[in-house]
Amino acid sequence: MPVTHPTTHPTIPDYACDVLQVNDLHFSYPDGHSALHGVTLSLCKGDKVALVGPNGAGKSTLMLHLNGILGGKGGVSVAGMPVNDKNLPQIRAAVGLVFQNPDDQLFSPTVFEDVAFGPLHMGYPEDEVRDRVETALARVRMSAYRDRLSHHLSMGEKKRIAIATVLSMSPQLLVLDEPSAGLDPRARRTLIHLLKELDITMLVSTHDLALAREIFPRMVIMDEGRIVADGPTAELLENVPLLEAHGLEKP
Amino acid sequence: MHADAFDRYYAAESTLHRLDPRIKVVVTVLFILSNALLLDGAWAAFGLGWIFLLLANSASNLGVDFTFRRSFIALPFMLVAVSAIFAPSGQPLAEWRVFGISLVPTDVGVIRFGSILLRTWLSVQAGILLVAVTQFPDLIHAFEHLRVPAVLTTIIAFLYRYLFVLTDEVLRLLRARDSRSAAIPGQKSGRSVFWRAQIAGHMAGQLFLRSYERSDRIYNAMLARGYTGQMRTLRAHVMRRRDWLVLSVSILALLFVQLIGRIG
Repeated sequence: MPVTHPTTHPTIPDYACDVLQVNDLHFSYPDGHSALHGVTLSLCKGDKVALVGPNGAGKSTLMLHLNGILGGKGGVSVAGMPVNDKNLPQIRAAVGLVFQNPDDQLFSPTVFEDVAFGPLHMGYPEDEVRDRVETALARVRMSAYRDRLSHHLSMGEKKRIAIATVLSMSPQLLVLDEPSAGLDPRARRTLIHLLKELDITMLVSTHDLALAREIFPRMVIMDEGRIVADGPTAELLENVPLLEAHGLEKP
Repeated sequence: MHADAFDRYYAAESTLHRLDPRIKVVVTVLFILSNALLLDGAWAAFGLGWIFLLLANSASNLGVDFTFRRSFIALPFMLVAVSAIFAPSGQPLAEWRVFGISLVPTDVGVIRFGSILLRTWLSVQAGILLVAVTQFPDLIHAFEHLRVPAVLTTIIAFLYRYLFVLTDEVLRLLRARDSRSAAIPGQKSGRSVFWRAQIAGHMAGQLFLRSYERSDRIYNAMLARGYTGQMRTLRAHVMRRRDWLVLSVSILALLFVQLIGRIG
């Protein structure tokens, strides 16, 4: 049975996992628009979780809390560290956040420099940086693109490079915002293979429920700033009334 | 998250909000011109100008001190006029030695500095009030009706429209950089200032490239919809009796200010 959360849920769920702990998180934007109303969520090591819900449900807002870009009321901790100003630099190493638009992520002239940015900023020696870039590019199968100009790549290529830019920092948690948006079927297929292969805890927001079914054993449904369901993907996708109530379609 | 830091329009129901935008532009320009034409030391006229401004403020329903509270943002620019204090003509008031250079403030200089300060202050407030009570598209439209060249109004309109898009883009870029600006315990992070400056340079370059490519796409989209170099709008403004009345009263008031400035 899917677990249905009540509106506020201040108690920690029964399975304590510390890769990600979000506890009763509330957030309002400066203009007064309230985006999160008591979100509680935890991810164990190796969990691959799909975060689904209609536009404006608060998925992206939640993701921006995971590495402290936004700071709402309530507790967020990553890899056992509470997200606060003191821990922020280490939190950002632990959470690899990939934005929906790869053009935001790729701000350097070449692919190599973009993937090297994170490790360089962390202060690794040059040899290590080079190794990390090579490994990260190999993991997304883009080694041949090392010296290409970021802004001349196709959408699918940009998405994979964007993932490599955080893999090079060896994060403990990979957070992707709508990775399959705007991809053609072949690029989407490549991305699915890549996400299946990556042996890393991940939280991925998506509107692509077919992709969710293929990759993610666990699914979290958000609507109006709350988590309305959290359970095995296969079970949730059979619950048509639940999906329809929250603007989703069974794939 | 969106950048709305530039929009200075304050919605309210008032005589000033409802006034024809052309009148608002013309009166604002005349007011600034009147300030510029006042002689140094015409304090009574400056005072009348300020009263004119306060009346306009109260007609906007935004509060009598609305523009005053917002005018301090221009203060640093007004300080450029400080050098006027040391005008060569007039009676010396003191002598200051700064780094071996002798500075002599004079009475004429101090009066000139005070007048420049007041002129600027009044004019800045008029501008603040104008954009607070007029929607930006109406302002552009008023410029068009006042025969400002179409190229200029089009550039201003596009600048305004895409300023928000670009600011959002900058915010997202910065956010993406911050997300990867990490550290490992016991290791100095962030490398050298030079390296960080280089990254910032790359970001500026990327922004330029994207803006340039975006402008191309926008232009193509405009051509595809039949753009021939002329912006057309449907917003029709009609001068009503009240608009003419406000215009005439304002002109008379400003003439009176000038008169006081000359004889006072």
